[in-house]
Amino acid sequence: MLRSTVLRLAVGYAALFAGSALLLAGYIYWTTERYFVRQTEKTVVASADALLERFRGGGIPALARAIDARLADEADDDEIIALVDESRRVVAGNLEGAPAEARASWFDLEIVRRPVNSSARMLRLPVGEAHVLYVGRDNQVRLDMRKVFADTLAWSIAMTVALSILVGFLARHLLARRLARISGVADRVVLGDLSTRVALTGAGDEFDRLSGDINVMLDRISELMDGVRQLSNAIAHDLRTPLARLRSRLEAALRASDSPERFRATAEAALQELDQVVRIFEALLRIAEIEAGHRRAAFAPLDLAVLAADVAELYQPLAEQRGLALEAALAPAACTGDRTLVAQALANLVDNAIKYTQAGGHVRVATAMRDGNVELVVEDDGPGIPEGERDKVVRRFYRLEPSRGTPGSGLGLSLVVSVARLHGGRLELEDAAPGLRARLVLPANA
Amino acid sequence: MRFLLVEDDPEVARFVVKGLAEAGHVVELAPDGREGLYRATGESFDAIVVDRMLPGGMDGLTMVETLRRAGNQTPVLILSALGQVDERVRGLKAGGDDYLTKPFAFSELQARLEAILRRGSAKAVETVLRVADLEFDLLSRDVRRAGRRLELLPREMRLLEYLMRHAGQVVTRTMLLEAVWDYHFDPQTNVIDVHVSRLRQKLDRGFARPLIHTIRGAGYSLRADP
Repeated sequence: MLRSTVLRLAVGYAALFAGSALLLAGYIYWTTERYFVRQTEKTVVASADALLERFRGGGIPALARAIDARLADEADDDEIIALVDESRRVVAGNLEGAPAEARASWFDLEIVRRPVNSSARMLRLPVGEAHVLYVGRDNQVRLDMRKVFADTLAWSIAMTVALSILVGFLARHLLARRLARISGVADRVVLGDLSTRVALTGAGDEFDRLSGDINVMLDRISELMDGVRQLSNAIAHDLRTPLARLRSRLEAALRASDSPERFRATAEAALQELDQVVRIFEALLRIAEIEAGHRRAAFAPLDLAVLAADVAELYQPLAEQRGLALEAALAPAACTGDRTLVAQALANLVDNAIKYTQAGGHVRVATAMRDGNVELVVEDDGPGIPEGERDKVVRRFYRLEPSRGTPGSGLGLSLVVSVARLHGGRLELEDAAPGLRARLVLPANA
Repeated sequence: MRFLLVEDDPEVARFVVKGLAEAGHVVELAPDGREGLYRATGESFDAIVVDRMLPGGMDGLTMVETLRRAGNQTPVLILSALGQVDERVRGLKAGGDDYLTKPFAFSELQARLEAILRRGSAKAVETVLRVADLEFDLLSRDVRRAGRRLELLPREMRLLEYLMRHAGQVVTRTMLLEAVWDYHFDPQTNVIDVHVSRLRQKLDRGFARPLIHTIRGAGYSLRADP
């Protein structure tokens, strides 16, 4: 039972309430009692003063008379007086025997006066040579008060505990009902239904927020699952194809084993095929590595302009060889990032632009700062990408129909997108009319 | 040359041992890290090729670290199935001289092995590199062939410097991309070929004897004899 958080809380609160009630009651009791005692003592002192006045007027006999007179009118039932002589006999007063000799002037005395035993607050005053006068008051009221306090306290603690436990059970019941929805969804997810979501009550409370977070998490998980499914389909297709070619080439090599030249040529072609498989594999692993987010450790200050100049220089001869003009318009663009990854992303964009642009065309690389972001733009005047296809080309292994014949893994843009995501940026593909404008937008240095 | 190969996979081991033996080297094989460390400290080798993942409690990186801590400076080439850039950096930090990702072409292994051997025996600071009638003054950045001055772009000079420092050896495209551009990724199109062919035009045009040779299936080599 105590494994319920709510119940544990309720019990804790009950203990806390009881403790503080105890403390408060104790304090009130203590101050009230002190007040009563002081009041009693004041009255006692007043009576004693009056008696001593009589003693100073006429000595012990006058005092004894005064005591008798005072007790006789019985106006004050609670008053206790005793005059004790040197042999400790009670000379006058309403005590049966002399109290045991007390050293302090104030003391408490147990008396048997009423059906119940009582206690009296007594003042001891030596009078004359050998007599002692005891004046005091019954304190029954104080004991009564103590009992009332104790009863009240016991009741209130009992009520608090009972209420806390009741509220605890109610709250537990309510919480269990709300939690049941969430754990029901979790159960269904465990069984494989990723489309289920936690229904929100609309109250906007903690549970709604938690449910919202869980739903967002489930969205992300099913997105990733879709990605994995898509990827495994793509791997099945795009990795099987070169593997199938590799296999047939190796078989051809075996058949050609009687002609060393043909055997050699076929084996070399098979190796190339194999290299392509490895290349696709490496690109996939690299994307997975980036998406796992582990590479943030390599982040350092970076100027995109410097990096773009480097990459443009790397591709310049290739562009010229293909009869393309590769131009660079670079403005300083400082950001923080992984040099190798951003360079690879940019290389992929430039590589694509060069690959798909006809001889005589232009490829333009530009960097700039805009709206607190840094931008890396690669623009070409090639065939571009039809608007409906732009979302799809960033998917892994997706290749436009006309480009199926050109070499490439179909992973280039996916890698650019994952690099952008890792840096908290994005890749935008636009119509450069004609051609394609790829815009890699990353957050600038803060 | 005498090499130590620490590799647990018998197929890869056979492939490397056979290749190196055909090139005229002696190769000793150790199947795990402990034996590798034992032989590397007890005997003298020109270079060590070590697989990163090894059975028996001691992996390749630990082996190299232990070796380096003991003061052994034999050049080490690390082989690994882990290709991430971070893993490469870890391999080099542990004391490896180069890092090669599996699967690899034998020519790549051979080229990198030759490169780290050369590094181990690096001569005192050279200021002028010479190969046949080609001369590269590293201080004035002046490149001459048969006394005639060649106009090279800065990047072409770095490319040439690397080729000349490894004259007579085969250097692969990946090695050039790493050493000259400091890029550790695979550009989809072979941009390096275009850079080399440009350099070759400037270097060899008008001369009867070409210096830059293409090695089929491997890479390039700068040398006087064909």
